[in-house]
Amino acid sequence: MAEPKVKYDRQLRIWGEQGQAALEKASICLLNCGSTGSETLKNLVLGGVGSITVVDGSKVEVGDLGNNFMVDESSVGQSKAEFVCAFLQELNDAVKAKFIEEHPVELIETNPSFFSQFTLVIATQLVEDSMVKLDRICREANIILIFARSYGLMGLVRISVKEHTVIESKPDHFLDDLRLNDPWPELQRFVETIDLNTTDAVAHKHTPYIIILVKVAEEWANTHDGKLPSTREEKKHFKDLIKSKMIMRDEENYREAMEASYKVFSPQGIGPNLQKIINDSCTEVDSNSSDFWVMVAALKEFIANEGGGETPLEGSIPDMTSSTELYINLQKTYQAKAEADFRDMEERVKNLLKKISRDPASISKANIKSFCKNARKIAVCRYRLVEDEFNSPAQPELQKYLIDEDHGTLQEANSLKVLPENTAAGLYILLRAADRFAANYNKFPGQFDGEMDEDISRLKTTVVGLLNDLGCNGSTLSEDLIKEMCRYGASELHAVAAFVGGVASQEVIKLITRQFIPMSGTFIFNGIDHKSQLLLL
Amino acid sequence: MADSASQSRSRDLDKLLLRSGNLVGPTFEPGTELRDALNEFVRVLVIGAGGLGCELLKDLAFSGFRNLEVIDMDRIEVTNLNRQFLFRLGDVGKPKAEVAAKRVMERVSGVDIKPHFCRIEDKPISFYNDFHIIVLGLDSVEARSYINSVACSFLEYDSDDNPREESIKPMVDGGTEGFKGHARIIMPGVTPCFECTIWLFPPQVKFPLCTLAETPRTAAHCIEYAHLIKWDEAHSGKTFDPDDPEHMQWVYSEAVKRAELFGIPGVTYSLTQGVVKNIIPAIASTNAIISAACALETLKVVSGCSKTLTNYLTYNGVEGLHTKVTEFVRDKDCLVCGPGVLIELETSVTLKKFIDLLEDHPKLLLTRVSVTYRGKNLYMQAPPVLEEMTRSNLDLPLFELVSKTPRDIVHVTGAAGKGDTKQSCSRKLRVVFKGMDVDMAGGA
Repeated sequence: MAEPKVKYDRQLRIWGEQGQAALEKASICLLNCGSTGSETLKNLVLGGVGSITVVDGSKVEVGDLGNNFMVDESSVGQSKAEFVCAFLQELNDAVKAKFIEEHPVELIETNPSFFSQFTLVIATQLVEDSMVKLDRICREANIILIFARSYGLMGLVRISVKEHTVIESKPDHFLDDLRLNDPWPELQRFVETIDLNTTDAVAHKHTPYIIILVKVAEEWANTHDGKLPSTREEKKHFKDLIKSKMIMRDEENYREAMEASYKVFSPQGIGPNLQKIINDSCTEVDSNSSDFWVMVAALKEFIANEGGGETPLEGSIPDMTSSTELYINLQKTYQAKAEADFRDMEERVKNLLKKISRDPASISKANIKSFCKNARKIAVCRYRLVEDEFNSPAQPELQKYLIDEDHGTLQEANSLKVLPENTAAGLYILLRAADRFAANYNKFPGQFDGEMDEDISRLKTTVVGLLNDLGCNGSTLSEDLIKEMCRYGASELHAVAAFVGGVASQEVIKLITRQFIPMSGTFIFNGIDHKSQLLLL
Repeated sequence: MADSASQSRSRDLDKLLLRSGNLVGPTFEPGTELRDALNEFVRVLVIGAGGLGCELLKDLAFSGFRNLEVIDMDRIEVTNLNRQFLFRLGDVGKPKAEVAAKRVMERVSGVDIKPHFCRIEDKPISFYNDFHIIVLGLDSVEARSYINSVACSFLEYDSDDNPREESIKPMVDGGTEGFKGHARIIMPGVTPCFECTIWLFPPQVKFPLCTLAETPRTAAHCIEYAHLIKWDEAHSGKTFDPDDPEHMQWVYSEAVKRAELFGIPGVTYSLTQGVVKNIIPAIASTNAIISAACALETLKVVSGCSKTLTNYLTYNGVEGLHTKVTEFVRDKDCLVCGPGVLIELETSVTLKKFIDLLEDHPKLLLTRVSVTYRGKNLYMQAPPVLEEMTRSNLDLPLFELVSKTPRDIVHVTGAAGKGDTKQSCSRKLRVVFKGMDVDMAGGA
């Protein structure tokens, strides 16, 4: 094996060579390389992203030596971007690393087109005003953007992109696509060649549970007006029926069949998530449609026609007790059906491409095949503009997060409602209040010793004002939490930065490889008791 | 806006350690004394210098801890380089603990990290008692279990069966697999120990041998057949070494032959390695997240500067992002963190007889037992020189060896369990001599 392949072995087992190739093509821009930014990028450089550009206009201070591994004594007073970039390069020489000594905030103001050259921008430690401006720029240019912020014991991570679609979502647990309650003709014929009442004990205990369940489901339906078990009682009787077919006590295959019986009962057809996707207006494809939506449009047609309400068959079966021969033949039966479904889908994709005046071969067979195999698990993630979230957060959600009944009841203080502590939601409000504070007073609350009391009372006023603007009139947060925020004084603690940077880099990997599902909403890291939360605002 | 604080290396950490707050631990006393105590007196042991260990050393060094030690028996491999950021290609083959310690000391001045390139079992139990807190960055259940049993062996209970505060050895444990991980705090006697919640780590499912031999169905079955059955048939007596590429290549080609014979697809060299070595996929980001959580909790447990995690955090980034805190409860009858297994003895029982008794004890099933009493070695199985020195004790009554103390705690180490599942452990025994103590029932 070549060296890079060995080096990346432990991650290739997760995202495969295709995922790795996507990483190696990606060009990533980091804004601000304090510890949050440096740690985020470190995890990506180790994984082998194509190129990085570190943008930071500041010089290394002594204070940075206490929280950033990528600078050292020799770099004090010199360009932080330069030293961080040099250290990152040392971690992986396959990565093209460069730096730009410029303040991100100025770049956002003066050179918005700068960002169009990247696959993805990681913006760290930006305040609200710059976040909103950068978000508009990246949305316009269709560049993926991720914000990461560490502030005392709290942090924030937020993805922003118009739309991110995933074919290989690779969920941990997903119902096997076995069609036990509705076998297609070839599976039906195959099952009919097996006799569960065989007197051959060896054959009996080596009949795979797929065959047992198809047969028992059929038997059940025949005696129950064509219906399958639905009540708990019926499901129990169904299992008893399986048990009654055993001829010896140690028949592992029958035990497996009883355990897997839920695969017969689970609802047929497509799930609510997929239903929502095929109902999306993007399935009205035109020449601007992405490959993903062309395939979804084809899928929609497939389900409505030859699929008979089902997606293309996935084509794989889980391991189960069986003779080798029966298992392999069963596997082939599933693969053949999956192949046939794929050919139908391919035909539909080609016709759609023709209809929108695109090259009918422009979506590769491999991509269509992968789409078919994952059709039930595809995902579409969309993100609100940060500005929209900030100005008009979803009201019912905000109320729900802030007035969390589990955390006590509303209290009154100085004629204001003190919102009970759902700490993560409170920290979200406080971080925004801190930015508003900074815009007004040119410093963060508690940034300097000796001004704490004044800052606490000013932050209180800011919180009440912000909550008012967000539609929570006459509310405030608890004194303890407001004081806690002032205590943080905009510090960037290394452990918090490493956590937040770790989360941000993991999301970046999902976005670039287009595998797994990136987080939705705004993630608030709560380093007080780790009750962090995703806020869907 | 520059002030003196921004000229200090502890600019950021000072906000947390020097300022008072209301959302803090009960013992928190902010001030420079606290910071100096972390710097000068607190001793932290990191177990493992791999994916988690590298991150932990960095994170702890930046969290005010300056007296760190790290123990790891492994040498650096090429496959570590996608996440173990303290290692470079040129370090391959060197001991992880030594390189990791050196790299962190090079970049974070003032930090002292002492590396130990050895197995965790090689250190005497007393070694572990020397630290204020132990942070675990491991990938094996057995190693976690061992360290847990060692840390719990220091725990003492008072006469009301309440743990003695000063004998509690806190542990912070992290673990990752792919996009998922956990971090937890273990305060022996207070929160559940590793053994109380051992069910969180279900044993690895092994394929039945008859499946491998008679009805293989998957690529993994073919690989395990070559690895577990065919290897021994073809190489009488030669042990299979998973780190020998020739051995791995042999297993791979045998697996391919078997797969072809049965028409089974999917045997690759990479899968062969994965199955044989039970490789757990690992990435930098998850290790960073979990280590950071562990380091932060270590800081909070030691300094009280914030609330702490109660007591188990899970992180899952597979589908979106899910974090969850679960408060697990102790197993009252836990053999490891409980007040100790009660052993009642006649005063005439010799040390040899006592050791034999532990082998048959239904709760203990201990073999190869070494015995210590109040830090003194009564009998040691190894090293040979210690064995020889303590051998003569075997024929003496235990009662004499414990200075005729009617009831006391005796520590034993050995291998627990039956057959294949034996593993190193440390156990605490409450030994009571019959007829010597009128108040015997009170401590039971």
